[in-house]
Amino acid sequence: MFEIVKKRILNSQVKLMDIYAPHIAKKAEPGQFIIFRVNEKGERVPLTIADFHREKGTVTIIFQELGKSTKELGALNEGDTILDFVGPLGVASEFGHVKKAAVVGGGLGAAIAYPQAKKLNSLGTEVHTIIGFRNKDLIILEEEMKAVSNKQFVTTDDGSNGTKGFVTDVLKKLIEEGNQYDLVIATGPLIMMKAVSNLTRPYNIKTIVSMNPIMIDGTGMCGGCRVTVGGEIKFACVDGPDFDGHKVDFDEAIRRQNMYKKHETESVTKHQCKLGGGNNA
Amino acid sequence: MPNMSPKKIPMPEQNPNERIKNFLEVALGYTEEMAVEEAQRCLQCKHRPCMSGCPVNVKIPEFIKLVAQRKFLEAYEKIKETNSLPAVCGRVCPQENQCEKVCVRGKKGESVGIGRLERFVADWYINNVHSKLDVPEKNNKKVAIIGSGPASLACAGDLAKMGYNVTIFEAFHEPGGVLVYGIPEFRLPKNIVKKEIDSLKEMGVEIKTNIVIGKIYSIDELMAEGYDAIFIGSGAGLPKFLGIPGENLNGVYSANEFLTRVNLMKAYKFPDYDTPVYVGKNVAVVGGGNVAMDAARSAKRLGAENVYIIYRRSKEEMPARLEEVNHAKEEGIIFNFLENPTKIIGTDDGWVKGIECIKMELGEPDLTGRRKPIAQEGTEHIIDVDSVIIAIGQGPNPLISSSTKELKTKKWGGIIIDEDTGATSKKGVFAGGDIVTGAATVILAMGAGKKAAEAIDNYLKNNN
Repeated sequence: MFEIVKKRILNSQVKLMDIYAPHIAKKAEPGQFIIFRVNEKGERVPLTIADFHREKGTVTIIFQELGKSTKELGALNEGDTILDFVGPLGVASEFGHVKKAAVVGGGLGAAIAYPQAKKLNSLGTEVHTIIGFRNKDLIILEEEMKAVSNKQFVTTDDGSNGTKGFVTDVLKKLIEEGNQYDLVIATGPLIMMKAVSNLTRPYNIKTIVSMNPIMIDGTGMCGGCRVTVGGEIKFACVDGPDFDGHKVDFDEAIRRQNMYKKHETESVTKHQCKLGGGNNA
Repeated sequence: MPNMSPKKIPMPEQNPNERIKNFLEVALGYTEEMAVEEAQRCLQCKHRPCMSGCPVNVKIPEFIKLVAQRKFLEAYEKIKETNSLPAVCGRVCPQENQCEKVCVRGKKGESVGIGRLERFVADWYINNVHSKLDVPEKNNKKVAIIGSGPASLACAGDLAKMGYNVTIFEAFHEPGGVLVYGIPEFRLPKNIVKKEIDSLKEMGVEIKTNIVIGKIYSIDELMAEGYDAIFIGSGAGLPKFLGIPGENLNGVYSANEFLTRVNLMKAYKFPDYDTPVYVGKNVAVVGGGNVAMDAARSAKRLGAENVYIIYRRSKEEMPARLEEVNHAKEEGIIFNFLENPTKIIGTDDGWVKGIECIKMELGEPDLTGRRKPIAQEGTEHIIDVDSVIIAIGQGPNPLISSSTKELKTKKWGGIIIDEDTGATSKKGVFAGGDIVTGAATVILAMGAGKKAAEAIDNYLKNNN
C-alpha cells in the first residue's frame, strides 16, 4: 500500500499528489514514469513522474480526471492509500550539453515539462518555458515553472491570461526573433506535440516529445504501447517515453490512443451511476 | 491385482456448448473413486521409466501407490518432496511428452493418467487440509529471486526447504508470472495458483511485488544489500510481431497483451473490473502453440462468433498440446492450416477489418527438423476479421541483461548458463526457465529452477 502524503488541487480537472514511495523516489529521474492501480479491480495507469523528493521519499504525480481510474484516484485524500505504485519505468531523459532550450508544455503536459525544465535549469541551460492552457482557470504550475526558467511565456486559447493563442505561436515567434535553441522539449496532447514537431522541423531544431500511450505492464511485455518512430516499431515503455518528435508517427499514435474510447465511456458511466447512487442514499 | 483396463478413466469436463460461455475450468477433476481406480492401473514397475520422463523427478509410482491405498495426504507429501507446484503441474504439464510418454501401460493401450492423479492429489490437499506446513529451520543466508513464474517458484520452494531466506521480486502487482498473466482461468484457475504460492509463503518465502529489477535495483545493488546468491527467472516476456503491414492498427494485439488483459487484469469481468479488451465478431489468432490456443479459446468466451487459428504449417507440426487442440476444436475454433498472414487490412479510421493470408506448402525439413513452409504465390485471400492476436512466440525480456554488464547473453537475448548448474557468467548469479531457453513449458522452467536451487546450495556451502 502506498500513502498519499499530500494532495493539491491545481485546477478544476487537475490534481497533484505526493505518494510515499522512498525506493522509487531514490531512483527516479526526469522523463520516467510510474504505473498506479487504485484498488483490486483497477486498471494499471501510467503517469509521468512530475517531481520527486529523495529525502522525503515522495514521488509527485499530476493527473487529469479523465477516466474511471483517475477519478477514483482524485477522490482520495491525504492519508489514504493506493494499492499499487511501481516505477521508475522508462528511460530517463538524456539532454547532453544544451546551451539554450525551449520547454513547451500544453495543458497537463506542463506537469511533465516541469521536471525537464528543472533539470535543464540545474545543468546551466538557458531555459525558455512556454506553457499553454485553454483558459486562465486551467493554468497550472505557473510559479514552479517560472522558478526554473530564464524566461516564461503563458498562453491561453481564449486570451483570458497571457498571450492569446497556442504555444506554437509563441515558439514560432521566439525562433523567428533569432533565439537559437539547440533543444525543444514538447509535452502535452499528441496533437500539440505534433504541431511543435512540425514547427521545429524546417529549422532543424532537435525536438524531444514524451509519449504516454496505453500500456499494461510498463516493462516491455505487452507491446500495447507500440509507437512507430522513423518507420520502426518502438515500445514507449522501455524504448521511451522520450522520442525524436520529428520521427514519431503522430497520426497513428492519436488513433491508437482512442482504441478504448467506447469502453472508457461505459466504465465512467457505470462509475458515475454508482457515485450518484451513493449520494442519493 | 492391477486394474488392466486399456483406457484411462475419462476426465469429467464441462460441456463445450456451456463452457464457451464462461471462464470456469474445463476439466473438472477426478473424484476419489475415479482416482483410486485409475491409480490401480499403475503396474509399479521396478525400473520406473515415468520418473526419468519428469523434469522435477516426482516419485510417481510411490505417490500413485499411496493414492490406490487412499492415503491421499501421504501421496501429497510424496509429490511435494520434489515438486513445489503439484496443482499447477497436474493441469498444465504436457504429460503426454514426459512421464506418460514412457509409461509401460502406454505400449498396449493408454498410459496411466499420471497428470490427472497428480492434480487429484493436489486438489484433495487444497480442499481437505487446512493445517500449515512445517516451516524449515532458517540458516543465515539470503537468496534473491527475480520474477515469480514457474522457474522462480520451483527454485524458491526448494531453497526454502533447505533453510535459505528467500525473497522473490515481482514486477507485476501479483505473483505467479505466466501462471497468472498468461494461462487462462479455464485451464488454470487463479485461486489454485494463489494456493500454491501461499504454501510457499507459509514456508517463509517472502514475495515483494511492484519491484522491477533492472530499474529500481540492479543485480549489483541486490548483492550489496546482502543477498548471497541471485536466481534470475524473469521469463520470456518480450512479444514478437510478424513485421507485416497493418500491425499497428487498432484491434491488433500481441498474445501477451490480450491474455494479460483477460487473465491478470480480469477484462472478462469488464466493466466490473476496469480493464477493457476488444474482441469483435471475428478474430484471427496467428500461431500454433499453446498460447495461440489460449488466446483463441479466450476470444470465443469473450463472445467472438468466429475464431480462426492461422498456422503456417500443418496440424502435425503444431507445437500446442493435442489436448488443447482438441479442446479448441470442440469449442468451435476454426483451424486454417498452411496459411500465413501477409498483411492486416484496416478501415479508413484505422481499425482492423481483415487479414490477408497466403497458402503455404511444406517443403524439405528445416533446422528444427520440421518441414519448411513455402508460400504459394498468387494464393492470397482475405479473411474478414475485427481483431488479430499475434501468438508467434516471445523473446527473453532484456530489462535485466541490459542493465547487468557482466551477464553474457546469446544473440537472441537468452542468458548463457552452465547447463549443469544454471550458473551465469556473473559470480553468484544463476538463471533458468524461459529467460535461458526462450519460450518453453512450465515444467521445463520448474526443472531449471530446481536444478539451480541445488547449485545455489552447493555454491553457498562452498564459497562462504
